[in-house]
Amino acid sequence: MNAISKTSLDLTRIRADFPILAEKIRGKDLVFLDSAASAQKPRVVIDAMVHAMEHQYANIHRGLHWMSERTTEAYEETRDSVARLMNAPDRRNIVFTRNSTEAFNLVALSYGRSVLQPGQAVVISEMEHHANIVPWQMLRDATGIELRIAPITDAGEIDMLAYEAMLADGRVGLVSITHMSNVLGTYTPAQRIIEIAHRNGAKVMLDGSQSIVHRRIDVQALDVDFFAWTGHKLYGPTGIGVLYAKAELLERMPPVMGGGDMISTVTYQNSTWAEVPHKFEAGTPAIIEGIGLNAAIKYVESIGYDAIAAHEAALTDHALARLSVIDGLTIMGRPQDRGGVVSFTLEGAHAHDVATLLDRQGIAVRAGHHCAQPLMQRLGVDSTARASFGIYTTLAEIDVLADTLDHVRTFFK
Amino acid sequence: MMFEDLRDLYQDVILDRGRTPRHGRRLDVFDADAKGDNPMCGDRVQVFVRHDGASVAAVGFEARGCAISIASADMMADAVIGHTDAEITAMAAGFAGMARSGESHVPALQALRPLAGVHEYPSRIKCATLPWVALAAALAGTDAHKGVASSE
Ligand SMILES: Cc1ncc(COP(=O)(O)O)c(C=O)c1O
Repeated sequence: MNAISKTSLDLTRIRADFPILAEKIRGKDLVFLDSAASAQKPRVVIDAMVHAMEHQYANIHRGLHWMSERTTEAYEETRDSVARLMNAPDRRNIVFTRNSTEAFNLVALSYGRSVLQPGQAVVISEMEHHANIVPWQMLRDATGIELRIAPITDAGEIDMLAYEAMLADGRVGLVSITHMSNVLGTYTPAQRIIEIAHRNGAKVMLDGSQSIVHRRIDVQALDVDFFAWTGHKLYGPTGIGVLYAKAELLERMPPVMGGGDMISTVTYQNSTWAEVPHKFEAGTPAIIEGIGLNAAIKYVESIGYDAIAAHEAALTDHALARLSVIDGLTIMGRPQDRGGVVSFTLEGAHAHDVATLLDRQGIAVRAGHHCAQPLMQRLGVDSTARASFGIYTTLAEIDVLADTLDHVRTFFK
Repeated sequence: MMFEDLRDLYQDVILDRGRTPRHGRRLDVFDADAKGDNPMCGDRVQVFVRHDGASVAAVGFEARGCAISIASADMMADAVIGHTDAEITAMAAGFAGMARSGESHVPALQALRPLAGVHEYPSRIKCATLPWVALAAALAGTDAHKGVASSE
């Protein structure tokens, strides 16, 4: 790949950290533009997980032997790393889940069914992932809590006036909104969303599944109440995600699942819960994955969010410039503050056909509804193709995409 | 030329039918219809059937989908006209087998052979079979009122 790019990152070095990027697809270089679905893993993550299994593994929180103690330390160190990454006040603010989806379900099942009362409302937006829609729908159907949908503008931004009006009656107990759309790339104005919600007596949960990949998250500066993300998009393993929540909220919330690890004492009459955050972590967790996530966090920290964010901006600008001049190509949304996700349609070619042709050239994009069917409806499309970027993405790869799309268009003409 | 190796999947007839299907409309008069949905990718098709006696006289469809699914629906319409429901049900099974394996020995499916290329693209097999699933559902649902043409 030619010179890699004029962005702020040493991409030759970074790309060498990701073994999979050396793979060929039908003899062609892999051009991986599907990081928003799941990111590739650097060597340090792979090694940390293998090392754990080869040298330092036992169940955690329960053994008194050397292996268990060392493994517990390694796993719990990840909680410290997560707290540091998000600037959480304390490691006890960090609950491990399987992924973002589980974090939303946990809050809906616990906070939603105990603290929220029938007659109160939950606000989500028109550009949510299904993970931040369905748990609230299930809550609505089970408890009679109202679900309100904050509209987006045609540019693909939250309609802030409509959002504010939606909270005016004081009945909204919780706002749960994406911090960065996985379809449009829109960064939402989290600070304002939170201020408005708090002024109207509502708590806020942010879906940081995409945002934490590219931008520094400071949960204290944001004053956000809940923040969810998922390890596999941040160059970590699958099977581990994070729910950050303010301490007083976690204290008030009942556990959702019962079993080992989440209890203090158990008798047949009753049981008492372990301290926060462990009362939300029933059963043996994803130990190896937790250890892998720690390596991913340290890797991201070693590069630094300033450089990561600058790289994302350079890639996004380049992609918008190259793609927008392709005949018949329409880019979804035009938000002011936009990250490394670009969804598009190509006149005369369905997104699946586009993806199949790109795949033939080794280019991996996602095509479909991106787990956001209501948003697709709002945009008036059935499906789009989506290119998304990671720290290892190069400007040259975006050029390959743009050049190939020109040929795709000719093919279907 | 780029994509030459994709010609096994996108043969000319598929590109042509995907672009300008002959049967891509709702029938004015039909006695059976059903929708097919591929929630994984958002493809949707609605198939309309009109019988004349025991055999199918006309098929039309409305679809939102990729070139493969539209071409498949259109070629299906050609293939099934003149056949009885029982024959069409057997053809649907034969087509599903061909889409999965690339092989077919069913004479009635010869004209559909260009679609057999999907078998090498596991994620695209459903695109080709979706119209057949909808057609089979339409025929299955029509039993009760066969012959009673409904129209809109
Ligand atoms: C914005 C957003 N929210 C939530 C999710 C769900 O993540 P997971 O499937 O890891 O729970 C995703 C990714 O698929 C996403 O992009």
